[in-house]
Order: sequence, then C-alpha cells, then structure tokens
Amino acid sequence: MTTHTLSVLVENKPGVLSHVAGLFSRRAFNIASLAVGPTSDEKVSRITIVVDGDTTPVEQVMKQLDKLVRVLKVVELYRGTAVERELALIKVHAEPGHRGQLLEVVQVFGATVVDMSPSTLILEAVSSPGKLDALLAMLDSYGTSEIVRTGRIALGRGPAAITDQHRAGEQAAGEQRADEQPAA
Amino acid sequence: MDMTGAQALVRSLEEQGVEVVFGLPGGTILPTYDPLLSSSLRHILVRHEQGAGHAAEGYAWATGKPGVCMATSGPGATNLVTALSDAYMDSVPMVAVTGQVGTKMIGTDAFQEADITGITLPITKHNEIVTEVERIPAAVAEAFHIATTGRPGPVLIDVPKDIQQGRGDVSWPATMDLPGYKVPGPPSGEAIAAAAALLRQARRPVLYVGGGVIKSNSHEELLRLAELAQAPVVTTLMARGAFPDSHRLALGMPGMHGTYPAVAALQEADLLVALGSRFDDRVTGSLPHFAPHARIVHADIDPAEIGKNRQPDVAILGDLRATLVGLTASLDAEIAEAGPLDTRDWLATVNNWKRQFPLRYSQADGGPLKPQYVVERLSALTGGNAIVVAGVGQHQMHASQHYSFTKPRSWINSGGAGTMGFAVPAAMGAQVGRPGELVVAIDGDGCFQMTAQELATCAIEGLPIKVLIFNNGFLGMVRQWQELFYDERYSQVELGQAIPDYVKLAEAYGCYGLRCDSADQVDEVLEKALAATDVPAVVDFRVHDREGVFPMVPAGQPNDQIVLGPEFSADEQRAAARRTVLQTKR
Repeated sequence: MTTHTLSVLVENKPGVLSHVAGLFSRRAFNIASLAVGPTSDEKVSRITIVVDGDTTPVEQVMKQLDKLVRVLKVVELYRGTAVERELALIKVHAEPGHRGQLLEVVQVFGATVVDMSPSTLILEAVSSPGKLDALLAMLDSYGTSEIVRTGRIALGRGPAAITDQHRAGEQAAGEQRADEQPAA
Repeated sequence: MDMTGAQALVRSLEEQGVEVVFGLPGGTILPTYDPLLSSSLRHILVRHEQGAGHAAEGYAWATGKPGVCMATSGPGATNLVTALSDAYMDSVPMVAVTGQVGTKMIGTDAFQEADITGITLPITKHNEIVTEVERIPAAVAEAFHIATTGRPGPVLIDVPKDIQQGRGDVSWPATMDLPGYKVPGPPSGEAIAAAAALLRQARRPVLYVGGGVIKSNSHEELLRLAELAQAPVVTTLMARGAFPDSHRLALGMPGMHGTYPAVAALQEADLLVALGSRFDDRVTGSLPHFAPHARIVHADIDPAEIGKNRQPDVAILGDLRATLVGLTASLDAEIAEAGPLDTRDWLATVNNWKRQFPLRYSQADGGPLKPQYVVERLSALTGGNAIVVAGVGQHQMHASQHYSFTKPRSWINSGGAGTMGFAVPAAMGAQVGRPGELVVAIDGDGCFQMTAQELATCAIEGLPIKVLIFNNGFLGMVRQWQELFYDERYSQVELGQAIPDYVKLAEAYGCYGLRCDSADQVDEVLEKALAATDVPAVVDFRVHDREGVFPMVPAGQPNDQIVLGPEFSADEQRAAARRTVLQTKR
C-alpha cells in the first residue's frame, strides 16, 4: 500500500474529530491510521493521518481537509524529511523453550519487555512503521495473541515547524515519498 | 447586556440584517419564538419544515442574500435535511437554526432528540451546537460569514433549549473567531496572464459557465469577456440566465440534456475556460471522453474543485468577478499587441450546428399538448422576464431548454441534489425575496405532490406565485429511462393524471385553479394565471405522457454519443455524429 502522512492542526473544540473523520467517509477516502493529541498550544490539537494513496487522491484529501472551518493547517510529511514513529504493545507467546530466542529478537529491534507471565510477554516497541512491521513479522512465528498500535505520528526534521512551513505538498513535490524508501 | 439566549439569538439575526425567517415552531425552539414575536423579523409559518428549507433556498437564489430557516429539534430538524443537502450541492447561502433538547438531556434519547449536527455534518459547509449563551452572537455572526463568503453554502446552528432560556452577558458587534476559515484572496495576475495567452492563441475557445458567475454577480463582466474573445458561451443548469440566450454567442445548456451545439462545441473545443463550473458528471458524461482536444483554464473560488475531476492547464483561484475583469483586461492588452482573435471559422461552425440541430419538438394542431410548447409560450408571454422555478425531472429540463433567459437570478432549480418537491416552496421563498415580480414555478405532477402543502402558506401570506403543473401522470424522467434502458418495462412510475384533481386542490388551498389540455388554449390560460395577483394560481396542464427530453447523452456515456431524439431523421443523427469543424487557416 502506498501511504501518505498528513499532519493536520485543528482547533481544539468539540466535534472537530468527527468533522475530520466524517470527511473521510463522505468523500470515500481511506484512512490507514489516525492519531490525535494535544500540542503546546492548548487551543490546538494535532492529528496525524495516514492515507491510503492507492485508493485516495491525496491532493483532494488535503484540499477538502483545508476547507473544514476548524482545520488550521494541513501539511504532508515525507519520510526523507520527517521522523515517523509508531508505538505498539504486543502480547506474544513465550514458552520457556523459546524465551531466550525471543528476547534476542526483542533486543535487536530495540523493544522492551513491559510485562511477563509464565506463557506470554508483553513487548513495547517504538519505531518507524517499517521496522515495526518487520518486528511483527519476526514475532509471528512465536504467535502473538494481541496487538495494539497507536497509528503513525510524525514531525518534520530540522528547525522549521508546521506553523511556519508553507504547504509542504507544494514545497516538497518531487521529493521522494516516505513509502518509496525501504524500511529503516 | 444581560438577556436570555433566545433574545440574543433573535437580536443576532436582526444584527445580520435578516428580513425574513421561514420556520415552524416546536418544543425546543419555543423560547426563541417568544422574542421573535416582538422582533423586526418577518416569520413565515410553513406547513412542513422541508418547505422552510427550500423557501430559504429560493429566497437566497432570487436575492443573493442568505436564506434563513428555523425548526425545532428531532423531526423538525431532520425535515430540514433534504433542503440542507440541496443547498450544499448547489452552494446556496443559507443559515438554519434548530432547537435542541436541553444540554443535560443530550445523549439520553430524550423526547424529540436527534443529533442534528452529526446528521448534517456531511451536508453543511459548517455546523455548531452552541453550549453557552455568551457564544450566541459570535456563533450567528460566524454562521452568516461562512454561509456567504468563498463558495457559499448552508450552515446550521443547533441551540439547546436551556441555552435559549438561560441568561448571559452578550454584546454586539460580535467578535468572530475563525482562525481556520480561509477565503481565497484576489486571483493571481500570473495565472490570469497565462489564461489570457491561451485564449489569445485558441482557435476554438468555449466559455464553460457555471453557477459561480451568478453567485459572484459577474454576468456583465462575462458578457464583456465573451464579446472581446468572440468565444461561444455554454451555460450549465446552474448558470441559466448568466448569459442572455438571445445573444449570438449563446449556445444554451451543455450536458446530458444539453443542446447539440453546446455539447458538440465542448467536444471540439481547443480551449475551455471554465468559470465557476465544476466538471459535473451531468455535464461531462464519460470524463475521459470529455472535451478531448481542449486545454483547460479553470477559474473557481473553491481550491478543492480545481483538479477534482479534470486537471487544468491554468488554474485561477479567487473571486470570479475579479478574474473576469483581469482576464478581459489582459486579453485586451494581448489583442492590442497581437491583433484580435480569429474565431470566425469556429463561430461559423457552431452556427451551422445551431441551424442544423436545434432543440426540436412538434406540437400538432389538435394533438396532445407538448410541455415544450407551454414553456415556449410562457417565455414569449413573459418576455423572458419571469423568475422561473423548477423541480426535478422532465419539466425541469424542458423549462431550462425552452425558456429564453435574459438575466441572472431568473432561474431557480435543484441542480446537484436533484430534489423533487423543490419548486413550490422555493418559488414561495423567491416571491418573498422579490415581491411584485412574476414568479412562475414549472413543476411536474410527481414533484408537486411532494410539497404542495406550501400553497396554503402562499395563499395566507399573500404570495401570488404561479404554479404550472406539467401533468403527464407519470414520474416522467424515470419513465423515460425505463423506456430507453429497461426495455419499456414501466415499473412503478404511473401516477395517473386525474387524482388528485389539481383544480379542486388549488381551490381548497385558497388558490386560483385552472386546467388546460390543448395547445390552442395555452395562451389564454397562461394569461389568466399570470394576471392573478391576489392569490396563487395553479394550472393543471395535461401534457402528453410519452414526450421525452432530448437531446440526451445516456448516463456515463461519452458526450459524442448524443442522441438527438425522435424529431430527427436517421440521416440527421448520422450527420450529427460525423460533424465537421471548419478548418482554421493559421
């Protein structure tokens, strides 16, 4: 799946999230993930939306988002010029015979063990989406019983902030898209 | 100053210069109806909230000012939904105020509770539930600002009952706080120059004019550009009246039921200048086959329309009037330098098409009455000076095709949403907005029966609209599709011409009722109806039940597949398909 990462600054007012989410269903745009949280300005929230670029015209998404009255700013972030992270909690089967091997995998991927029972571990992994996918693939053979992921969050690299950036879609056109690069 | 939320709400509407509110009270909006009684606002009590919504739309179409409607919570509010959706699709400036159950009751499935802000989220430009008395002046000011600026549209404000009843410290003028609301600034001079250069080079230009020209009040600027460029003009269903149909550069309406010259000109053009139009599927037919030779200049106030359906070569974002003024000036400068455009061959070509393939129907003496004939006679008798309002279906297309429009805001219909039942209440709203002018609703019998109850409102309020029912006893457009695409299997489309008796119905509603079933009576009956100025007049025109709307491009087909219809011979149809464009010598 080709994806695009959009950072959306919105007014922190009731109903804003439903306006944003409603737009996606109304226009038949597909969301791969959505993460929302406060910013340093209490009046402003930041939503990071990952859009399925195979089925959804990302320029239309940005323009339609921009038209929502409570949306302050819409910027596309690219992997080459942004840091992307996702948090996952993974409950994985860890029979005593496999546990050592499993902990090696955990170490290689920089994950941490946050809970342990006789037959399972809960791992916490914070990483780029590609690396997280690789970890999950590795854990597959041990058997995972529950996974929860936060959805992607992202920040542009360097001193520039979203509030003083111009429309990134125009600026960064021609730059390599995040998904065109191999997993980090 | 200290006052109740209800008083603040009414005062806020007055502050916005609102003259009239269309509405119907109920439990949760009762507090606001009390100060309304002693306000400067005229309230028109409709018979169904859908009527209030469409009346607000008709008022806005006719005047350019925002229409206002009001309803109670629950079913009152949900009855506005169709009108809000209609206004959203056709970019009609409108503000709806709804009552809501008290804030403590929200979410409890209280009596007449409905999540109207949730329901109308995808069909309003913006909506808000107001939860503080002090917020009311700003919420109303913002609603009107959003509804009327940029690309216009409907805004809904939902006010819980306890907020209307509660007291607060409010003041005017209200301070708006809309940090995320963006209205495009003036159009870019560079883009305008690029568009003018394309226009100067074009040999087969067409001005593809949409509703934005009417909304931006720029018909005069359009006329100047068209005459300077010597470019033919097509006016979409939303733009009828933006350019006079009698003008030699006018080709009429494009699209599914457009005129042959308008459809063919778009297909053969080397440049389309899209002015406040949105490449709607009813205009383009199959999008990949639409205007295949044309470069595109797209001017619009809504950035999301640009590139949505067709990628333009030059995009001009901003107010259309400023765009047209700039484009005309820029083209004028190009002409001063490089000489005038030579579109003579192109105009000769489209004029040939006008002669060969006009709108055609036949009204036989003593034969069944044709709806097109009634429209033509209405057009002649009113000199194109009536405000014509239509519902949706065959009657709407016949009206749009055969009425000769002379000025903007004289054609009001449901375009994008295609809302049956639009005409009677919208005509009511138009008549309120333009008292003393002739407002004629052309309606189908199917449409009419959906909202006919507003005739009572019109009769009581002294709004002498004329309603011409094109009674063919069928859901005619659906019947036409079943005839053409479903093997003439007519499923659930026959309404019957006799029930109800529209003359008696009109009389029961306190209106003047007339009937006409032959061509030789049309003028006499129309004159009688148009002369009625005290009460509304309703005419039951018993029209031919098999008459179709042509030309027609079947849905989703390329526009080149245009079918001229039964009035044209097979030879003519072949000639239309193999049309030739006079070659321009460069």
